[in-house]
Amino acid sequence: MQLIIEPGRTEKNYWKDLWRYRELFYILAWRDVKVRYKQTVIGVLWSIIRPLLTMIVFTFIFSKIANLKAVGAAPYAIMVYAAMLPWQFFSTALSESSGSLVANSNLISKVYFPRMIVPASAVISSFIDFLISFVIMFVLMVYYRYVPPIQILALPVMLVFVFLVSFSFGLYLTAVNVKYRDFRYIIPFIVQFGLYISPVGFSSTAIPEKWRLLYDLNPMVGVIEGFRWCIVGGDFNNELMLSMAISLVFTIIVLFLAIRYFRKVEKTFADII
Amino acid sequence: MSDLMIKVEQVGKSYLIGHERQQGYTALRDVVSQKVKGAAKGLKNIIRGKQLIAGVEMEEFWALKNVNFEINRGDAVGIIGRNGAGKSTLLKVLSRITEPTTGRITLNGRVASLLEVGTGFHPELSGRENIFLNGAILGMSRAEIKSKFDEIVEFSGVEKFLDTPVKRYSSGMYVRLAFSVAAHLEPEILVVDEVLAVGDAEFQKKCLGKMKDVSEQSGRTVLFVSHNMAAVKSLCNRGIVLQKGEIAFTGTQNDAVDFYQKNNQMVDRLYHSGPLHKAPGNDTVRILKFEAVPRNGEIITVFSGIDFVLEFYYAHSGTNIDVTFEVKTQDDTMVFHSGANITQNNDAQQGVYTVVCSLPQQLLNTGVYSISVILGENQRYVLYKLNDCISFEVMLETSGSNHSKLPGIIFPKLQSVSSFKPFVEI
Repeated sequence: MQLIIEPGRTEKNYWKDLWRYRELFYILAWRDVKVRYKQTVIGVLWSIIRPLLTMIVFTFIFSKIANLKAVGAAPYAIMVYAAMLPWQFFSTALSESSGSLVANSNLISKVYFPRMIVPASAVISSFIDFLISFVIMFVLMVYYRYVPPIQILALPVMLVFVFLVSFSFGLYLTAVNVKYRDFRYIIPFIVQFGLYISPVGFSSTAIPEKWRLLYDLNPMVGVIEGFRWCIVGGDFNNELMLSMAISLVFTIIVLFLAIRYFRKVEKTFADII
Repeated sequence: MSDLMIKVEQVGKSYLIGHERQQGYTALRDVVSQKVKGAAKGLKNIIRGKQLIAGVEMEEFWALKNVNFEINRGDAVGIIGRNGAGKSTLLKVLSRITEPTTGRITLNGRVASLLEVGTGFHPELSGRENIFLNGAILGMSRAEIKSKFDEIVEFSGVEKFLDTPVKRYSSGMYVRLAFSVAAHLEPEILVVDEVLAVGDAEFQKKCLGKMKDVSEQSGRTVLFVSHNMAAVKSLCNRGIVLQKGEIAFTGTQNDAVDFYQKNNQMVDRLYHSGPLHKAPGNDTVRILKFEAVPRNGEIITVFSGIDFVLEFYYAHSGTNIDVTFEVKTQDDTMVFHSGANITQNNDAQQGVYTVVCSLPQQLLNTGVYSISVILGENQRYVLYKLNDCISFEVMLETSGSNHSKLPGIIFPKLQSVSSFKPFVEI
């Protein structure tokens, strides 16, 4: 095996390298999961409690106080929780991955491996949290005696979709955060603000028709509504299709740009981290 | 397959280093206008995608220049040089952690680099888990680690604590476990930075032996950076001396060590002239002057006593600063690590401090010693450490001869009391 190192040379076998280091993927993700709840009393329950409490508060505010109606046959709590899951995943993935390179700076400055592994495994470990909080969904379904519609079979596709969205935005923010630590302060703001402008506590049908297109520009709208559609049911109507298409296109563009930008700057990470 | 394993051609590496601008006085108006200007400039740079560190001027610094060499299969090459000569940068470039600015490197084989022991060890995970984690980080596959697991554990000697989180380990155990994983790497090219400076002497010897096996028996290529000349001599068969980023010498390991020692010893004072930001140090401290002078007489002898005179610039205020000296013999045995407070009441100020620390007479035996200076803050943080910055020679007599050196590192004056009684047979 011959390897040539030259300035500005993009490695031809980058993706092969990524494949060769695949075990590092699992092991870093496994480390993050394993370490996250060390020295906590209730441990992994934290990943259930956070979305559960937010869901209860949102259900109370939007359903009881604001008097919004649930779409379809599902109870309001299930409707909120179905949106809370992908949102929670997106926001954890964003904050975990964006800080991941800086948190692992000792690795970056001491060993070589494709740097993309670090944010990717941060997203994977958030994904595992996400799967754990799914348990509550089943509990809710049993509690409300709610049988999910046939659309639930599309759920795996939506899981891939939500993963892609989180990964592409996470990857981009990771790369810029190495150079400009300003993003460390911006991300919590995005996460907090996003919770209110995304259709988590309410359905996007609550948005007036004339603002709908503008609202769809938030890439999380399509993801959340699609996810909710799988669990709550309803028509796969033009509006839903449009917002999902917008966020899919958005995601693909961001993913492409993120990978390109990341690969361009990853060789300088060790110098500026 | 050719025998050439590493070919380095015209390699250079430059860094942009920032200097904070020094200002005579500051007024709020200036600060505000500068911040606004800075933010505007920063925004422009972000848009253009330029590198930026707030409020600093950038200067180019070449850590490596025109480096050329070739290394064959089975060679063990020692890379030596003073601090800041570019050794670590060279290793980083070779192990692909950072990319060179100019030139080209051809590597004919898998490289594993060991720039630090225990890279990626997680304190919360157990020893067993950390073996897998560290192995994967160093590029071993899970199957590879599994097959060597018992060997690694046995080599480290921490069997009993395998399932204890490593944060409960003693530092010795930690290092032993970490090195054991690294010692079982089997790449074609192994790049090792000064990792042997840790751990107890016995374990160091074991590690050196293991590394020697690696290069001799299995025909692997080893690149080894060290300040320990004895280790370089015993481990390597070739040597490269780096000076200020350039290759000053290549040859056999013994010639390289001789060359290095001849060129780097008996620098008995450090005196900086020129702009402040070029003095050794960082943004917080800059060392301006350091020398070892005899307290009595003209030359340093066993009986003269020694003053360490240190002059440095300090950029902060309202803290406590302290200084520590590490004195080592020529074969790298630490004689002492001891220091003194410079300020005690959180009243350090920005400016130039001069400190004189004295060693009593009849402490050090004859020989050549090197000193490292460590400046610290609030007795907790190391601000800056300058390794082996000067060395000095202790003579026996005022005549300046030292050919009748007595054994031992120290030459203490013994206090003696004696009494007498006549011997009586019982």
